[in-house]
Amino acid sequence: MTETQNQTDSSEIELLTFQVGGQEYAIDIMSVREIRGWSKATPLPHAPNFVRGVINLRGTVLTIVDLADRLGMGRTDTKERNVIIVVHTGIETVGLLVDAVSDILAVNKSELQPPPEMAADNEQAFVSALMIAGERMVRILALSAALPSENTEAA
Amino acid sequence: MMDEDDPMAEIRASFFVECEELLEALQDGLQIMDDGEADDETINVVFRAVHSIKGGAGAFGLEDLVRFAHQFESVLDGVRSGSIEADRNAISVFFQSGDILGDLVRAARDDDVADDGRIQGVMSSLTAMLGGDAQEEEAEEDVSDFQPMGLSLDLGLDIGGNDAPALPDLPDLGATPPPAPTPVFEDGYTIHFLPDSSLYASGNEPLHLLRLLREMGDLDVTCDTSALPSLSALDEEKSYLSWTIHLTTDEDEDAVRDVFDFVADLCTLTITGPGKPGPELPPTNPPSSPSTINDDAAPDVSFKPSQNLDTSPKSTVALKSGGVPDTKTAVPPITSSAPAKKPAPSASRSNKPRPTVRVDLERIDRLVNLVGELVINQAMISQSVTEAGLQANSAVSEGLDEFMQLTRDIQDSVMMIRAQPVKSLFQRMSRIVREASSMVGKSVRLKTEGDATEIDKTVIERLADPLTHMIRNAVDHGIESPQDRLAAGKPEEGIVTLSAGHRSGRVIVEVVDDGAGINRQRVLQIAVEKGLIPENAELTDNEIDNLLFMPGFSTASEVSDLSGRGVGMDVVKSAILALGGRVTIQSNPGSGTIFTISLPLTLAVLDGMVINVANQTLVVPLSTITETLTLLGPDIRALGPQTNVIKVRDSFVPLLDLGFELGFRAPLDSYVGSIALLIAQEDGDHAALIVDSIQDQRQVVIKGLQDTFGQVPGVAAATILGDGKIALILDPVDVVANADGRTQPVQSNLQLAG
Repeated sequence: MTETQNQTDSSEIELLTFQVGGQEYAIDIMSVREIRGWSKATPLPHAPNFVRGVINLRGTVLTIVDLADRLGMGRTDTKERNVIIVVHTGIETVGLLVDAVSDILAVNKSELQPPPEMAADNEQAFVSALMIAGERMVRILALSAALPSENTEAA
Repeated sequence: MMDEDDPMAEIRASFFVECEELLEALQDGLQIMDDGEADDETINVVFRAVHSIKGGAGAFGLEDLVRFAHQFESVLDGVRSGSIEADRNAISVFFQSGDILGDLVRAARDDDVADDGRIQGVMSSLTAMLGGDAQEEEAEEDVSDFQPMGLSLDLGLDIGGNDAPALPDLPDLGATPPPAPTPVFEDGYTIHFLPDSSLYASGNEPLHLLRLLREMGDLDVTCDTSALPSLSALDEEKSYLSWTIHLTTDEDEDAVRDVFDFVADLCTLTITGPGKPGPELPPTNPPSSPSTINDDAAPDVSFKPSQNLDTSPKSTVALKSGGVPDTKTAVPPITSSAPAKKPAPSASRSNKPRPTVRVDLERIDRLVNLVGELVINQAMISQSVTEAGLQANSAVSEGLDEFMQLTRDIQDSVMMIRAQPVKSLFQRMSRIVREASSMVGKSVRLKTEGDATEIDKTVIERLADPLTHMIRNAVDHGIESPQDRLAAGKPEEGIVTLSAGHRSGRVIVEVVDDGAGINRQRVLQIAVEKGLIPENAELTDNEIDNLLFMPGFSTASEVSDLSGRGVGMDVVKSAILALGGRVTIQSNPGSGTIFTISLPLTLAVLDGMVINVANQTLVVPLSTITETLTLLGPDIRALGPQTNVIKVRDSFVPLLDLGFELGFRAPLDSYVGSIALLIAQEDGDHAALIVDSIQDQRQVVIKGLQDTFGQVPGVAAATILGDGKIALILDPVDVVANADGRTQPVQSNLQLAG
């Protein structure tokens, strides 16, 4: 998990939940820098498909990762409604393109369940834990695994 | 490391910064000595650098550093006085000593431990130099019967640069004493000064006292050496000498006494006021052969003939430029000698450095960033003005032009702050050469050219590692063994030349060795053995040379502990690519190899041409474009089924579609009427890149791409345009190098690159 999550000593953590390809995911709110609307990205030549390109975030170049594509659920069809979650992994700052942001949940760490081992699902490596919120199942995203720098198989 | 609030820590930090500068000066001086262009001042500079480091280190209780610096200093002092010859070997030891001094300084700074074994090694070399010297003198002293001798000391104090004649109390031996001049003193003081042994033990030095007196007025000094026992009976800890000093001065007696204030308890001192002759004038006692210390610059005339009469050439000791008395030559006092154990007074004599300010790099970076923002902002305003449809001669437009000019000036100035000469980097490399060559048993010399070339500080820092590797390679693989060199009719000593210079908006750094060149046969063989290329591959010389840059390639038939570590030139190449640079090889069998690194001047801005291709806006660095042209039908000639060349004047140039090469689109049906940018490559070849349109030519701020995806081929960086959008900055040479080259549409299944 991310560093920031490890630093949280209390057993309560706050999660930001969002929609990706019809599924609900969550990340520790401590790793979220900001949330902004979709703006057209400048494509990078020869970059992996899930990299949508780069945008200007107040003077810095921000790489945008299409999370749905990254998780193997197909390229996001970008609309005005799409959202970029700017996350910081402790090493770098990256923008995650998602469908929509849903909620902020305060949960006890004990409520998090390890994901069952299912080799068939390539995407499963990106989920570090599962959680029940009401009737829904929320997947806790393993940020570092989802971002390509940590993961050399990306290219 | 250290508490920031600790004032001592701050002083300490500034000491270490100073040390770096001193080490640089030291290296410089040694280099000049090595080049055989040294003058008196050079060795002084070297000496002062070591001395200052020692002084500072002493203040901080860095004992290792003090001990080593002291030894080094002693030897340098010997060189200064001429008793130690600064030959090739000596200078090599000095270089090593300089390196160790650097190590020790860094070790002290980082609370680290320096390599003790190495220090001891060099330390003993230094000691040997000192020791050898001492023995020599001793031997000379032994041959003659002891007899007190005339000792001519010249203090030549008008110049503050040189070191102290450390041992004015060394008498010369074995000659008939010359008749001593009997000076006449009408007025002034007569001072008889007999130091106790404890005076020397506490680190005082009569010379300094004499020099202080000299500052008060005219001085005539005689040294009484009559108390000296024979050499065998000599106790070096004891004091045998006394001085009689005649001082003509306007100062009162108290002032004169003040000079001896610190040693008052450590000596026997008699001061006789004006008009009263000294009670015990040694000149009246010829057998005790007083030495005469002339304050005057001119040689003591009365003394000179006596030298000619001397039976022994060693009868007179003349202190030339300080240090140990030169026992071989009897020379009239030399006016230019300027003893001073402390380097302080001589500082004024060194080349005056221009005043500088030390600034935290972070502050400069912030300034650079702000200026970057300013440039973007200015671009945005320009765009708005254009969109508002204002006339070009309106007040706003004119004001904006001036604003642009100012922005550019500010930008240039800021960049200049960041630029640093490559000298410090090159100096580090000379150490690498020394270490590497001694490790592989070759004699290699590093020549540097263009030290003053300025490059962005960040580039310099990041260039250090790849350059180190290349230099090591040049020494290890490039230069042949001494036997092979001699056999090939070359001088035994190999030469690695490191040069820097500006060329068409880029910085070119070259590493040139005069070795055997690349053994292409062998390179090819290894590449095949390692499976890097297919066995029957036909490669051009250039391609073979470039195999060196392939990952996992290592040419040394036996892995040396120097450069054969499995990481090779591929690491060098990627490090340089990451800097927006390129590296090329040029090898001539028998005469050497040239590695050329081409780097952008700065990592902050560049002049670019804003172009459009496949609905994308891109920036092409202006420096890479030699010309732009619109293609006409007859210009384009097909070459094979998929590629085209264009005819530019009398040559044919490969035609590349930028949109296709970047994977943005398929090759077009026809390129007639298209705009092409003629790109010059490092090797002088050209290529034409097709773009859809040229928008503008402007200065853009370079924004680094995160290395999330490693190096993006063909893309150097990004920038932010006036509309806030990001545009990629191309590296056209890289685009060309990796080009697919297809400029004719393929009828069958078309696959986009990428």
